[in-house]
Amino acid sequence: MKPTGLLAALPEGPRERLMELGREVSFPAGARIFEEGGRADHFWVIRDGGVNLDIHVPGRRSAVVETLGAGRLLGWSWLCPPHQWHLGAEATSPVHAWEFDASEVLALCERDPELDHALLTYVVEVIGRRLRAARTRLLDLYGPYGSGSPG
Amino acid sequence: MTAVPLPYRVVSNRPETTDTRTLTLRPVGEALPAFAPGQFAMLYAFGVGEIPVSVAGLQDGALTHTLRGVGAVSRALCAVRPGTQVGVRGPFGTGWDLPAATGRDLLVVAGGIGLAPLRPLVQAALSTPRNHGRLNILIGARTPEDLLYRSEPDAWGRPYCGMTVDRAGPEWTGHVGVVTTLLDQAAFTPHETTAFVCGPEVMIRATGRELLHRGVPAQHIRVSLERNMHCATGHCGHCQLGPLLLCRDGPVVGYDRAEPLLAVREL
Repeated sequence: MKPTGLLAALPEGPRERLMELGREVSFPAGARIFEEGGRADHFWVIRDGGVNLDIHVPGRRSAVVETLGAGRLLGWSWLCPPHQWHLGAEATSPVHAWEFDASEVLALCERDPELDHALLTYVVEVIGRRLRAARTRLLDLYGPYGSGSPG
Repeated sequence: MTAVPLPYRVVSNRPETTDTRTLTLRPVGEALPAFAPGQFAMLYAFGVGEIPVSVAGLQDGALTHTLRGVGAVSRALCAVRPGTQVGVRGPFGTGWDLPAATGRDLLVVAGGIGLAPLRPLVQAALSTPRNHGRLNILIGARTPEDLLYRSEPDAWGRPYCGMTVDRAGPEWTGHVGVVTTLLDQAAFTPHETTAFVCGPEVMIRATGRELLHRGVPAQHIRVSLERNMHCATGHCGHCQLGPLLLCRDGPVVGYDRAEPLLAVREL
């Protein structure tokens, strides 16, 4: 299978060393993969299927804020304190993914600066991309003219 | 193209969303020349005023326009009853030019009401499947309730058609996020793809940037721009965007021309 997303972004050597720590997992549609506030000790690379990221809204159903598909990185809260999920994740369809234990990956990164740099660069890019998307949505582009303007 | 509006009769006025309607018009007498997908008409609500509206359907000699009621004229047009007459001038502007994309993969990216000018392009592409490669249609909207032509994507069938919304309600089981995130699911060979993009200009810039990053040539990214069009004949200058008069040189232009202009502040 042609690598996509994180796996395509990593040079071959670091990718192979990372993949030695990965294991194939599956989630049925509707499965909760992690919960907001839970300990962020794993991450996943989605091979196929879709995952909704959601946020708890007291008194209402959780609000879906983004959908991730094939090739996308699921989870980055494992990388930095407080190592807690700031969103929940639910499979919207049967999901196949590579699952990684964060502590194992972080330990490998300690010994492997090339992987450490490539992985960190990719995760920062992902965070930046999602931040840009969130800011764009704040503009309420498709709303009535001026509805997203300040003041 | 006519300088004087020709009378057209409203044969239907159906709601798309809470503030958006689709009008179907037929000529009372003489008909305007044929429109091409991507071109626009000047619609005149008698006694109120005239606005530019892209053509959203071209079937059986009728003109279809989808418009959102946001100002005096568009609200008046949204309120017209079947049987009422409106004035129509056109066709104006450049079209999407689907024949120039013959043999290439097609990528249609629509944001909000930007799907309306792309609809006749999609219909034309669906009717000539042998003329092009894979067809991908990516649609973004504010909420599920804001999606236009909701019954049509199911009938489109063959192409990949992805829909995403910025804000999902509990009933929505589809994708959530900006429209560019759907590109990962689309099947196209970037350097052999022609993209057609219409929506808010921030969305056009974000999509153009992402398509360039993926290797779609700038001249093969066709975007539809919008400015304040008055005369629609390139004389009054209201729709000027840098060196372009968008009523004449647009609204559809290549991203190689649009990108530097969209990067200029207050242009």
